[in-house]
Amino acid sequence: MLEKQSNVKAWLYLAPAMLLLSVFTFYPLFNAFFLAFLRDYEFLLGSARGFTFLGNFINVINKPDFGIAMKNTAVITFVSVPIAVIVALMISVALNSIKKFQGFLQTVFFLPYVTNAIAIGMAFAFIFHSDYGLLNTMLGWVGIDPINWINLRQAGNADTSWIRAMFALLVYTIWGGLAFKIMVFLSGLQSIDKQYYDAARIDATPKRRVFSKITVPLLSPMIAYITITSFIGAFKAYRTIIGMFGESLRPPGALSKDSLITIVGLVYDSLAHADATGAISEAAAASIILFLIILAFTLIQMQVSKRRVHF
Amino acid sequence: MELKMNNSQMNVNQREIQIRQIIFKTLIYLFLTLFAIFVLVPFYWMVLTSLKEIDEVRKSPPSLIIGFSQIRFWANYVAAWNAAQYWRYMLNTVTVAAISTTGTVFTTIFASFAFARLNFRGRDLLFLLLITTMMIPGEMFVITNYITVSRLGWFSPIASQQSLLDALLALTMPFMTSVFYIFFLRQTFKQIPDELYLAAKVDGTSDWKYLWKIMVPIASPTIITITILNAMGTWSAYIWPKLVTSRDEYRLVTNGLREAYSDFVGQVLYNQQMAAALIVTTPLLITFLFLRKYIMRGVSRSGIKG
Repeated sequence: MLEKQSNVKAWLYLAPAMLLLSVFTFYPLFNAFFLAFLRDYEFLLGSARGFTFLGNFINVINKPDFGIAMKNTAVITFVSVPIAVIVALMISVALNSIKKFQGFLQTVFFLPYVTNAIAIGMAFAFIFHSDYGLLNTMLGWVGIDPINWINLRQAGNADTSWIRAMFALLVYTIWGGLAFKIMVFLSGLQSIDKQYYDAARIDATPKRRVFSKITVPLLSPMIAYITITSFIGAFKAYRTIIGMFGESLRPPGALSKDSLITIVGLVYDSLAHADATGAISEAAAASIILFLIILAFTLIQMQVSKRRVHF
Repeated sequence: MELKMNNSQMNVNQREIQIRQIIFKTLIYLFLTLFAIFVLVPFYWMVLTSLKEIDEVRKSPPSLIIGFSQIRFWANYVAAWNAAQYWRYMLNTVTVAAISTTGTVFTTIFASFAFARLNFRGRDLLFLLLITTMMIPGEMFVITNYITVSRLGWFSPIASQQSLLDALLALTMPFMTSVFYIFFLRQTFKQIPDELYLAAKVDGTSDWKYLWKIMVPIASPTIITITILNAMGTWSAYIWPKLVTSRDEYRLVTNGLREAYSDFVGQVLYNQQMAAALIVTTPLLITFLFLRKYIMRGVSRSGIKG
């Protein structure tokens, strides 16, 4: 150690951040667990009738929306993330291999990174509009009749509305996830030593082999990082759904079984009725369920990447 | 020409390789163009719709190009702007962004300095603790923060009981610091060589002066990145402002998007809706195009967007 300890001074520098973090980050973290075990917590009075071990969790799981939220979250995560990662990887490798227009195309692919999830969600909702939407117009060119993606004209006609609305949401989710992944992959590709590729060229290695034996292994730390963060992000999907469908979280006129609610949606749903008995505790329980899912998943991912990633 | 073709197998092979390469290049450009179109389509559709007359919008199938004479340059934007008291929202957003960004920058500089430069008991443990909280979903914090803000009297579901000051406190106080930015700036501070610090110490420079005269100027690109990312975060905030404001006039720009843009029979006015979406999107895009260098610095380390 080159310098003496300076405990008092260090804590003075730390004080503003630590004070704020204590109130708005550390305390809420512990309090979430506390709230989740309170019986009949009354938010307005701040009182509860003792503790319950799993009562609030059981209440959350017994909600009719819980199964739907789990299904939606799982579909969004396990469909959109792999597709977006693979497409982003292909775009990055393609972008990295060209010279002309590289800068321009790069800017185009980066654009969605900064956009507002609500605003773009509204644009996507209008692209998928059954009468005036762009997609149905384009499908018309190849002779496909308009599909009722997310605008239900009669409520009775809603049997398969979930799958269509989910399709639209997945397209938007993939669109929204590409930019960040391409940015990370591209910076990873640009840092790969050119010697590997020169050696492969001398050996006349086929392009596919170069991709699978050089590019992917050397990019594997980025792929692992992107996969973990994307899965975590997808588990927390919520804003995209508000953007496309509004706060009802479902296409107009859709039945509640066709809702696109997610686990985060459950949290905010309970929070919206904060003054109802036990609602805050249920929100806390739902957020802990989300936390546990993310934790379990991150641990599994880290185990897998330990074995597969070449650092 | 003929001669060449006949007497050398090499040349044929080379030409074949060349042709194959041209086809390959073409396919790559085709692939990239298709996805570039996919990325741009929502923007195009927003702009196009926002320039259309409502009768033109409610036409099935819609036109994908409109003539110059049909363009309504400002009418939809003016209508969208007025429909949701955007002046107010913009003013609120700029105020909230200014307060929370200033706060965040200062608290982050101080904390990062302590973690990167000062030597105190429990430093590494505390830092590890901080980083761990980055993995926890924000919804876990939101619940208690909602209670805290209510108990402090900054938010009440009864509109008349929330003053502008209350609303500003509720909107800014939970966002006056950030673990991610502390982590980010500490990494930058760490890269500044120790020799500089020791030399400054020999000259009798105080820590305070060293931080502001040496470290902050050297780390200024990172601090600019933090400023931009934080301000853009406020601009796009939706859930928290909605949760802790009881009156429309305290909300932020993104909240204005979800207001009803509909005519007197309840039909959605998509052209105005898209104009509003563009009003909110355009400043972000302009910021990105001009300050991309700074925004990209944050990307390599961040997981803020997935």
